[in-house]
Amino acid sequence: MGMTLVEKILAKAAGQASVRKGEVVEPRVDLAMSHENGALVINQFQEIYKGTGMEARVWDPSRIAIIFDHRVPAESAKTATNQQKVREFVEQQGIGKFHDIRGDEGGICHQILPENGYVLPGTVVVGTDSHTTSHGALGAFAFGIGATEMAAVWTLGSVLNVEVPGTIKVVVKGKFPEFVLPKDLILYLIGLLTAEGANFKVIEFHGPAVENMPTSGRLTICNMSVEAGATAGIVPADAETLRYLREVAGVRQPIEVLGPDPEAAYDRVLEVDVSGMDPQIACPHTVDNVKPVQEVEGRPIQQIVIGSCTNGRLDDIESAARIVAGKKVARGVRMLVFPASGRIFREAIAQGYISTLMEAGALVANSGCGPCLGIHQGALADNETALSTTNRNFKGRMGNPNSEVYLCSPAVAAASALSGVITDPRTGGRDV
Amino acid sequence: MSEVVLKLGDDISTDIIYPGRFMATVLPSETPQYAFADTVDFNSRLKKGEIPAGSVVVAGKNFGCGSSREQAASCLKGPELVVVARDFARIFLQNSINVGLKTIICPEIEAEQGDELEISAEKIVNKTSGRFFAVTPLPRARQAIVDAGGLIPYTRERLLRPARETGKLQTLAMTFNKKPKSSIPS
Repeated sequence: MGMTLVEKILAKAAGQASVRKGEVVEPRVDLAMSHENGALVINQFQEIYKGTGMEARVWDPSRIAIIFDHRVPAESAKTATNQQKVREFVEQQGIGKFHDIRGDEGGICHQILPENGYVLPGTVVVGTDSHTTSHGALGAFAFGIGATEMAAVWTLGSVLNVEVPGTIKVVVKGKFPEFVLPKDLILYLIGLLTAEGANFKVIEFHGPAVENMPTSGRLTICNMSVEAGATAGIVPADAETLRYLREVAGVRQPIEVLGPDPEAAYDRVLEVDVSGMDPQIACPHTVDNVKPVQEVEGRPIQQIVIGSCTNGRLDDIESAARIVAGKKVARGVRMLVFPASGRIFREAIAQGYISTLMEAGALVANSGCGPCLGIHQGALADNETALSTTNRNFKGRMGNPNSEVYLCSPAVAAASALSGVITDPRTGGRDV
Repeated sequence: MSEVVLKLGDDISTDIIYPGRFMATVLPSETPQYAFADTVDFNSRLKKGEIPAGSVVVAGKNFGCGSSREQAASCLKGPELVVVARDFARIFLQNSINVGLKTIICPEIEAEQGDELEISAEKIVNKTSGRFFAVTPLPRARQAIVDAGGLIPYTRERLLRPARETGKLQTLAMTFNKKPKSSIPS
């Protein structure tokens, strides 16, 4: 019997010829990523060594990545102290893949990892962040874990007691219409699967619309796979993956490309055609409360957020800039743009997108996660509504339980910024 | 006997359990003050010490969905609460097991705030309604971590095991130290 892509990766990482769904394995970890919550990982890591008489050393400092992105620059003394603690640990342990608060190499972890070539196809990536699923875009098995679990990884270099997950195969056919983006596809799928429809499972993406999708879009769909509960999302590596890794990420080493066996056994196979798809909106307060944009059109909004690990990449910023070019953000609307990394920010400046956005009235801030989860800038007032390209709309997500968050693509967000109400970019986003 | 002190619905996210704005607080000893911070009545009862250890939070499906923040598990572990849910989101369940928060999967559970529950490995008896509900056991691989008292002691044991095994091997090597090291094929 054949193996799914994740079964193949796990077999390789566990040193076995094959694995089967439900089997318990201990895969070796190729990359272990943390952000500011590295402070908690350090605490738990030191706990493990307590009383052993052994010096606490991480298993392999070259395989640990730490990126500051959640509260940058620090908004409080507490955060600054956590960041300082992590910096000292990085220095003491010799951790190389460390991205501090800088404009040259800093940014959001789920952009920093791919753009620096840290993630390769067929590898196992763990991160103390639920959106670690993003890295499935490069054909890796990438999943979120908690801080104590990461402390165990730092100690042993493997993940203990991993149950081989079942896989849902999603075949995406057709061609994206104008103003319909990968974000719309993943919102549609989450609505279809529900918030727990893929719990403990992997979503493996296939089909022409995925094959023709750039890595940035694949990062978006894998990123939000966790919103259907998925352990991971994954796109088999192909020519586009190699292009991205060689040309964008500067990877020089040999790249091994793994794919699923044709006779692999899937829990479920779904087929979706994007050709007739409408732009989608996830309505409060769950990500699976998804509707076509026309059903919520006209709803007033006070804040637009474009950015995050989901939609802060160059093509996302470009979509928004094209829509607002030469126009003005409606009075009473705050349009906040957070590029996903310093590199993307600089590229967006070079392309003129940042000027276009700012001239329209958008406020462009440094890369970071802050507004997405209400921890740093962009909090909402009571009874306010935000329309955001981020990934979660849970009650209180943007820092205030008495506010509402709708989720959408950068095209819907930009079109809505101009009108001040939720707007279909197919009609409202350009002169008609 | 344990009282249901909080009754919740489906898809309770970690943003509800431990709002993101308190995430700069990381230490398990400090997180309980922010447990269900936006569920104001419950949070204030918890902070006043009015909720005894072993009290139960009952929820529907997909409890703990969303962020991987471990604070969502440690903030409930601190006051020794028990979470009974129809099912759990993956990362939250794993975090709970890792930090020693008691989580019980009970797919049919029906209970209201104030109900008294009797919890055993196989079933939950709702003494108030007189009904009982089967408990789904944790997968074996996860139960091993629970039995070890959490992932920290479990990992410490694993860390020491090779040292112990090497120790044994060294003892054996000393006993049978006949051949020179160089003859060992590489």
